[in-house]
Amino acid sequence: MTTILIGLQFSKEIYFCIMIQTDIIIVGAGPVGLFTVFEAGLLKLRCHLIDTLPQVGGQLTEIYPKKPIYDIPGFPSVLAGDLVDNLVEQIAPFKPTYTLGERVEVIDKVGEKMYEVTTSRGTKVQAPVIAIAGGLGCFEPRKPPLQNLAKYEDHGVDYIIKDPEKFRGKKVVVAGGGDSALDWSIILADIASEVSLVHRRSSFRGALDSVDKVMELSKQGQINLVTEAQVTGLGGENELDTVEIKSKDGSVTSVNADYFVPLFGLAPKLGPIADWGLEIYKNAVVVNTFDYSTNVPGIYAIGDINSYPGKLKLILCGFHEGTLMVQSAFKYIYPDQKLSFKYTTVAGVNAF
Amino acid sequence: MKEIINITVIDREDVKHELEAPTDMAMNVMEACKAYELPVQGTCGGMALCASCHCYVLTDHELPEPSESEEDMLDQAFFVEDNSRLGCQLRITEELDGLVVKLAEESE
Repeated sequence: MTTILIGLQFSKEIYFCIMIQTDIIIVGAGPVGLFTVFEAGLLKLRCHLIDTLPQVGGQLTEIYPKKPIYDIPGFPSVLAGDLVDNLVEQIAPFKPTYTLGERVEVIDKVGEKMYEVTTSRGTKVQAPVIAIAGGLGCFEPRKPPLQNLAKYEDHGVDYIIKDPEKFRGKKVVVAGGGDSALDWSIILADIASEVSLVHRRSSFRGALDSVDKVMELSKQGQINLVTEAQVTGLGGENELDTVEIKSKDGSVTSVNADYFVPLFGLAPKLGPIADWGLEIYKNAVVVNTFDYSTNVPGIYAIGDINSYPGKLKLILCGFHEGTLMVQSAFKYIYPDQKLSFKYTTVAGVNAF
Repeated sequence: MKEIINITVIDREDVKHELEAPTDMAMNVMEACKAYELPVQGTCGGMALCASCHCYVLTDHELPEPSESEEDMLDQAFFVEDNSRLGCQLRITEELDGLVVKLAEESE
């Protein structure tokens, strides 16, 4: 991999754009994306992984790190989180590079057999081959079904809290019943002028410590706890100024609010993958099972994101798909070179 | 022992579908809906992690109480009512014969 720093001068400040070059850009750092680095490495192909989540492992780390998986060959049972740790260790000899917490937005063709992908934060990566290992898609915050929600996005509605200081002295309504709703309510109780926490049930499922703390802050009047209720409407000219809360008994109250923060977890969406000119069938990318190539030369799709007759969304099937895919990618990049197949037991793992 | 039970699924356009489901295949309501190609995504594959099989139970069948993880997921779902359940957590058993469920609205 080569990293080129390009300095751009705007007025007096210099911005550095990082341009990364590699052999295969893997979109999605779940188990299948990770293992593909290993199979590519055996063919001396380098990989750069990009994932919208801030950590590797995809669903396994984001949704079920503590759940056992029973159908990984050779592991009678392995915790999802441990499988990811093992994969990271297994691919380490091939020195993969990562861009995490950024979503691939655009794919441009910048030359004969050369693509450039651009992420949500402007990182650019070039490679002749792209392997989409995007699983269920990009994890995005679940948005409550409120009619004019979109109108207030960036005008009072935030799905993610990046800098709590933003809420200093403001009136905030938090909705949700999980750990993040509890934890942020506790933090905001010290910062915001008013915090309301709206939850559909009377009990919370979060960590016991957090639940106790919220109850205590509620007693002290630092958190306005509104349970058995849901946010049903938003109001305000251009900026949010009121949140309508409907309780289970049918009564509706209007609360003054500068911010509404719905925290209902993350859900996967296909996202920008749908805009890359790939053939899509039922939210999945159609591939040829010969080599898991898509309808676009040089772009492959492996793991849960692809679709073909008989497809099973299993990690072990994704491992197989990635393995065959890199063979095809090698021939695509080096059409004149012969590839001789070697067992790792014979040839070993030759680190980069 | 009854090996095939009947359940009724009302879709989001209020169309009734009569489903026959076997009790000996460890199936759940989400899977039965998918087998009949009803508009249930079942994104997470039945781990109570996505709420795409969220439905309302319209009959007074005695159902097993929702597990912690099901409650957890319902907390993150929308249009949740007292009779809300996740289809993937309702095992097809003899006791469910005659069950009527309505699919909940899909959230964005």
